[in-house]
Amino acid sequence: MDELDKIIINHLQDGFPICESPYAQVAEQLGIAESLLLQRLQALLDEGVLSRFGPLYHAEQMGGALSLAAVAAPAEDFEKIAEIVNSFPEVAHNYARNHRLNMWFVLATETPEQLPQTIARIEQQTGLKVYNMPKINEYYVGLRLQA
Amino acid sequence: MTAIDAIDRRIIQATQGGLPLLAQPYQAIAEQIGLTAAEVMQRMRAMQESGAIRRIGAVPNHYKLGYRYNGMTVWNIVDDKIDELGGKVGQLDFVSHCYHRPRHLPEWPYNLFAMVHSKTEQGVKEQIAVIAALLGEFNQGQDVLYSTRILKKTGLRIGS
Repeated sequence: MDELDKIIINHLQDGFPICESPYAQVAEQLGIAESLLLQRLQALLDEGVLSRFGPLYHAEQMGGALSLAAVAAPAEDFEKIAEIVNSFPEVAHNYARNHRLNMWFVLATETPEQLPQTIARIEQQTGLKVYNMPKINEYYVGLRLQA
Repeated sequence: MTAIDAIDRRIIQATQGGLPLLAQPYQAIAEQIGLTAAEVMQRMRAMQESGAIRRIGAVPNHYKLGYRYNGMTVWNIVDDKIDELGGKVGQLDFVSHCYHRPRHLPEWPYNLFAMVHSKTEQGVKEQIAVIAALLGEFNQGQDVLYSTRILKKTGLRIGS
């Protein structure tokens, strides 16, 4: 990752235009060729520096539900449990964390009813209690990491 | 809350994996789902205004940017102080997400969650000290859970 990559990552965390030729517009702002921007973005995605590039959809604003949930997976079954949890399309993110509750995942469902149903299915398939922690209030969301 | 319709759904399905890396990405999406580029752009702008699209942009992998210490700091805050204090913690520039969530007593006494990110362990410790000082006497217990591995990070997915 060089300086240009960092500039691209920082710039594109702030948003991306909706217009006919958005990459050309961003490239012009950065003072580089459109083809170079596309090439760098592809490489950053291929290398996994960017997890994704595109619209971030918000389940609740679309009438769905969102929650954070955790399980205490026994160490010897951790990979198997991760595989089961990850197999649910409703699981948007999943992280291993250093706690007795060692697996934390974000659930996003299209309707509010699907949230408890998904949790019940995860409990059924893993045999573990799912600690459901839907937000009661949101004080801030604005992840931006300086590259 | 804005319900999405069938056409929005097709746009979401076509873009939830990412925006095409082509000179005219909205045109490419439009061709894929049988709309005009103008319709796709108009609907995506509307979804952005309604909040259905939080933003369009790049999602970095924390670890690859050198942020090895990604801590979910959790706090047990006196209930009638949580909104006031949560608001203050959310305003700290190093906090990326801040939420009030339910406790699960007795195993889980924490009701305030604040995510912090740093390239060093010392950096996270300093951030935690700042939060602790701000919470003061209304903080009845705390912990920090570091992510040790990303198991999945696809973002929201809706089925067809």
